[in-house]
Amino acid sequence: MSIDVNFVIGGEAGQGVQSVGFLISKALVRCGYHVFADQDYESRVRGGHNFFRVRVKDSPVYAVSVPIDLLVALDKDTVDIHLTEVTKGGVIIYDGEKTKNIGGDSATFSVPLNRLAQETTGNAQASNTVALGVIFGLIHSDVNLLVKVVQEYFGASKVGEDNAQAVRAGYDYTLQNYRGDFKQRLSTINNKQRMLINGNEAISLGALAAGCKFVSGYPMTPTTPIIEYIAAKAKEFDLVVLQPEDEISAVNAVIGASYAGVRAMTATSGGGFCLMVEGLSLAGMTETPIVVVLGQRPGPAIGLPTRTEQGELEFAIHAGHGDYPKVVLAPATIEDAFWLTVKAFNLADKYQLPVILITDHHLASSYFTAEKFDLLQVVIDRGKLLSERGSAAGSEYKRYQLTDSGISPRAFPMQHEGVLVVADSDEHSEEGHIIEDAETRKNMMRKRMKKLVGVGKDVAPPKIYGSQEAEVTLVGWGSTYYAIREAVDILLEQGVSVNSLHFSELWPFPEDDVSDLLRKAGKIYVVESNASGQLAHLIQAETCIKVSDSILKYDGRPFTPSDIVREVKKRNK
Amino acid sequence: MVTINDYAGGKPAWCPGCGDFSILVAVKKALVDLQLEPYKVLMVSGIGQAGKLPHYTKCNVFNGLHGRPVPAAVGAKIANPELTVIAISGDGDGYGEGGNHWIHAMRRNHDITYLVHNNQIYGLTKGQASPTSDQGSITKTTPDGSPMPVYPIALAIAAGAGFIARGFAGDIEHLANMIKAGISHKGFALLDILQPCPTFNKKNTYAWYRERVYKLDETGYDPSIKSGAFEKAQEWGDRIPIGVIYRKETASFEEQVPALKKGPLVKQKIEPSQIERLLSEFM
Repeated sequence: MSIDVNFVIGGEAGQGVQSVGFLISKALVRCGYHVFADQDYESRVRGGHNFFRVRVKDSPVYAVSVPIDLLVALDKDTVDIHLTEVTKGGVIIYDGEKTKNIGGDSATFSVPLNRLAQETTGNAQASNTVALGVIFGLIHSDVNLLVKVVQEYFGASKVGEDNAQAVRAGYDYTLQNYRGDFKQRLSTINNKQRMLINGNEAISLGALAAGCKFVSGYPMTPTTPIIEYIAAKAKEFDLVVLQPEDEISAVNAVIGASYAGVRAMTATSGGGFCLMVEGLSLAGMTETPIVVVLGQRPGPAIGLPTRTEQGELEFAIHAGHGDYPKVVLAPATIEDAFWLTVKAFNLADKYQLPVILITDHHLASSYFTAEKFDLLQVVIDRGKLLSERGSAAGSEYKRYQLTDSGISPRAFPMQHEGVLVVADSDEHSEEGHIIEDAETRKNMMRKRMKKLVGVGKDVAPPKIYGSQEAEVTLVGWGSTYYAIREAVDILLEQGVSVNSLHFSELWPFPEDDVSDLLRKAGKIYVVESNASGQLAHLIQAETCIKVSDSILKYDGRPFTPSDIVREVKKRNK
Repeated sequence: MVTINDYAGGKPAWCPGCGDFSILVAVKKALVDLQLEPYKVLMVSGIGQAGKLPHYTKCNVFNGLHGRPVPAAVGAKIANPELTVIAISGDGDGYGEGGNHWIHAMRRNHDITYLVHNNQIYGLTKGQASPTSDQGSITKTTPDGSPMPVYPIALAIAAGAGFIARGFAGDIEHLANMIKAGISHKGFALLDILQPCPTFNKKNTYAWYRERVYKLDETGYDPSIKSGAFEKAQEWGDRIPIGVIYRKETASFEEQVPALKKGPLVKQKIEPSQIERLLSEFM
């Protein structure tokens, strides 16, 4: 029988919900399972209700599902909010010395979490790690493996030792006192080494693998962890992370660094991206390669800062004043998050333009189980560089030399003795100096826009999941991939003729491929986490193919497969 | 041997009599005196009449957005600290639109030289008030008189800049010396340059300045004392000091970053396999 277990760990901000969720996930991956985990938290440092959902399977898993098999309630609210989601046969773990009268008819297991933490570590704060031990006791997993994971997490210190003791206390208490009949067993099935990794981490690794040498970013949920991760590794991997005064500074510093010759990146969310758009236009005009990670969260304005949405597709594609070429990529999977980051740097260098990598809170912050990325497959393409001093000694280097492809050989200041690199945000001559005449302007605009033709060939078409032709085609982009794919599987089982078409590379829009694919489609439903149907607009504008309907979600929560199944069936009556 | 001809650039599009001409001469003179080869110099400018200056020399140039020369210069300096990076701006570009960048670049002490052409008026957009217009200045956008100006030098002292000086476009020799001192300073160097605008600023003319400016180094002034510098920074009216107003060398941002101790980022090799160890941390 296949294994499919759902855990929810809930509590106030500051109670260590995230640590428990992360550590249980990590330990279960070590036990050979596939884990998907996501977080639901409020924009506050203490209090409120936060929860971490973990789904464990013995086969790949990419989305959470309800009902809950094991609810770990670090506070009373968690019980009240999630009680009805607990399945028959499920168990609620709670601290009966703290929380009384939990009600409902679910099976419960009261553990004195606070007291055990106090007794073993002298500090009730470790009650979350006690709970970790309780979980492992209930599912009969290897506590030594869990202790090792906890020690690695907290480090070789008194804190690490205390938490290890707290885990053992919870585990032992459970073996001695649990009298219920929770049936899920998650003992070690193999020692296959897989990664437990979130989207932000995969992007950070992609940037490091691609040789990014300069990152400037202003903290903003959900991409702050990218800046923090890279900052923590900066010393070891010889790169500089600069926290600027604002996002305007971030993008301009990244442009300055790239002009001077290094791969450079910034990461932000919609609000910060707004401040960057003038800089994007500058990167377009000066033909400076940059990578901008746009981690979406629900807008407008501050919106729902810690939640998810896909509301900035059209904004990203059109960001910046004036016409200039850019590339927009949107990772659909955890593997995409790594590989498209590498690709973003390569496309930026090859075509000398800004590349926007759009993710969202859901992909950025959810944990996935993934095979280790094969670094031998990473290719670094710095594009067309000026090989040496220039054709004739003494002649001026033409940074913006007119060419058939629109790409001019790039040089960096001080790269070649005597070669001067002149870049300008004003319309400019081939040498990079300000001009006013109509003819040069026309030639330069054509040269820049021509790069779209080349880069268009490097943009991958959307991928089909399921059969080539179906009565219903679900179209999506970015992080909704997993939910749509699972919805397709469920609908197929229910006899609906359905497939999906998913974009992870959106601009320049692969219009020919999309037209060919969609002309064969029956009903086209575009599934997006936004209120206006932005991908649907884009498809209609670029291909003149009318979509049948949109399935939209904009409550700040990620699509679940069942959301999509329900909406498809409603439309297919 | 670097000569003035090595820095010969295009024909300026400034108004006749513009203070920018003298500043251009002083910049070139300073670079030649320091024997800096043009390909090792990067001038980063914003938008305004001052922003055009790099086009009239011959060196590496990044002419970016209005108000943004400082962050672009900072990024370039970090990528390659071997470059001599000079950011060129004006009172609108630098003290207005780019004010936030300026303050924080001083605080972080990036090793760049910041030349701010201060003509107390907007020239490129034809005669509106600037952040340094004298109080009560009647301009196209302040028909009832402009509000209090910013005191850039006082602000720079407060923000922690390590080299703060004022030059005057009417004294090229002195100005060139200030530019040289700024470039030689390790860390952020601000040079506020008094510059008449004969077209739009009819008040702060060459003659007006000549009556008022005096050289601090002829008065026994000690630029190492912060409180005295703060007082001098606000001296404006009948007498206007020029010269080094505050100087204190501390470690620059670039000197303190571990990655830069191994040499310029731009010279470091890209080796994807070196992150193999990081992947294992996720297992």
